Amino acid sequence: MAHPLEMRVLTQGIGEVDLTRIENYEAQGGYAALRKALKQMTPQDVQAEVKKANLRGRGGAGFPAGVKWGFLPDDGRPRYLACNGDESEPGTFNNRMLIEFNPHLLIEGILIAAYAVRASKSFIYLRGEFKKGARVLEDAIEQARAKGYLGDNILGTDFSQEIVVHRGAGAYICGEETGLLSSLEGGRGEPRNKPPFPAVAGLYGMPTVVNNVETLCNVPFIVERGADWFLSIGTENSPGTKLFSVSGMVRRPGNYELPLGITMRELIFDVAGGLLPGRTLKAVQPGGASSPVLLPEHLDLPLDFDTVQKAGSILGTAGVMVFDETVCMVRTALYYADFFSHESCGQCTPCREGTAWTARLLRKIERGQGTMEDVEVLKSLDTLMSGTTICLLSDFSKTFLMSVLKHFPEEFEAHIKGRACLAEQPQEVRSA
Amino acid sequence: MSAENGRAGAERAMENGAAQAAPWWERRAEDVERLIGKYPNSRSAIMGLFWMAQEERGYVSDEDLNWIADKLGLTRGYVDSTITFYSLYHLQPVGKYTIIVCNNVICGLKGSEGLVQELERLLDVKVGGTSADGLFTLQTTGECIAACDGAPALQINQEYFHKVTPERAKLIIERLREGAELEALSEEIGLTKPGAVWEEGD
Repeated sequence: MAHPLEMRVLTQGIGEVDLTRIENYEAQGGYAALRKALKQMTPQDVQAEVKKANLRGRGGAGFPAGVKWGFLPDDGRPRYLACNGDESEPGTFNNRMLIEFNPHLLIEGILIAAYAVRASKSFIYLRGEFKKGARVLEDAIEQARAKGYLGDNILGTDFSQEIVVHRGAGAYICGEETGLLSSLEGGRGEPRNKPPFPAVAGLYGMPTVVNNVETLCNVPFIVERGADWFLSIGTENSPGTKLFSVSGMVRRPGNYELPLGITMRELIFDVAGGLLPGRTLKAVQPGGASSPVLLPEHLDLPLDFDTVQKAGSILGTAGVMVFDETVCMVRTALYYADFFSHESCGQCTPCREGTAWTARLLRKIERGQGTMEDVEVLKSLDTLMSGTTICLLSDFSKTFLMSVLKHFPEEFEAHIKGRACLAEQPQEVRSA
Repeated sequence: MSAENGRAGAERAMENGAAQAAPWWERRAEDVERLIGKYPNSRSAIMGLFWMAQEERGYVSDEDLNWIADKLGLTRGYVDSTITFYSLYHLQPVGKYTIIVCNNVICGLKGSEGLVQELERLLDVKVGGTSADGLFTLQTTGECIAACDGAPALQINQEYFHKVTPERAKLIIERLREGAELEALSEEIGLTKPGAVWEEGD
């Protein structure tokens, strides 16, 4: 049963009908938007509608998709559309649900977007772990082809499009759009210097649009119901719904589609069922591993792109991770440090060395062998690792750490001076 | 059946026999060409070819890498540099099933360490090792596997299993030892449907 605060648009029917079958998707209005776009609208009309709707990128950056589409130069070169389904941000699992349980919505969104930007071919880059997602999408693509929604002369028009499903193989950095393109070109998934941006020199050096799964899933609804409808949902600067992935110490972890601007309190305590019995809230990461912590004092904060940023964090992927008093912040920072160190592609020295040294120092502190000087070294990385690399992995690898060093310094001190953990169900401070 | 037909049948059988011994890229030549044909540039097929090779015997062999380099017109150095960037490809033999336990933050908070210990006990291996019967290789990953609502979670040959308590870990291993089909098992007991991980009263 949907919670009354939920607003099911992209997730309509998930869990109730089998939307991997095209006839069920059509029965709830699926592919009507594609028909409308191809038969009643020019590509420019579609672009204008999506731009007017101010559809902000759901993959983390929040950049307006319609504006991004407008950056492609009109110079006669082939253009490509790449759907980013590399969903790897810790705490985030909403793309996976859309792919596995509503694949035709994604396909329809890609087809309309490809029409709008006049792409000659579209690609879905899936992380290697999404083997089931790849199966589901391949099957859905063949169903769509059989119905004339995909392939040559779609619905009798002169618009043709193929969608290629491409599986990665375990590399977080391939979610970064230029890393994704490097990987899709058949190489190491190493990010590239920007500019040039993918809009100008993307896949095989051609103009390329890279959009997240959830972003593209919004497109059919904007086309069918109009930008004004979309703008009526959410907040002024963050219109529409968002799939919040809620995990951690809550009773009902899961994906919830809600209007942007819902408060953190409503999300955690109403929709996600509240904390585990008898626990108290300690901190929340609103948007994946890269987001600085928010505190209980932020519970009434509306979760939209700009408000969360003003409060010192980022909405990011809306992977909301809830931590209670049993969670040790030193240990959590160590988990992330190990993660970022492993996932650094190694091209840039500040990132390759910085992430590795962060993990070493945190491991030393967590084990009760650290010094207060180590904490100062960690703090110094904030500037050393910011703005000094090709992509943002370096910058974002330490935002959580810096926020817990600021808000929970006593936990680091306790590990160092008392060789003890302050989390209330003490995870032992292990000896070397 | 005429003698003619019988002879043709025998030839076919021989051909099939030869095909069994042929390398995957010959037996799956059509799949290979279809894969390469999907891309504007054949080099993009490299990851798909790695996956095909790995499906064949669980890892990508030296011979596979040579053939892929040759097929795509790339140097062996380029191919090696590419495959080693990605952690899901195996360059050494592994068990029939590779179990990868998520050890990112949420799975860590929800008991992934205990789960790993339980699997080590059940399979009588340490992380990184392969069970004596050759069925299971046990690994952990720091990469979040996008299953945080089902923490602690793991994948077996990239099929999901959510909320893997020690009891459920035991059940999964038992069922695979009995010969259960992996995809079907994930659907049956992997708790992979939305909301399937909630407990009574949640």
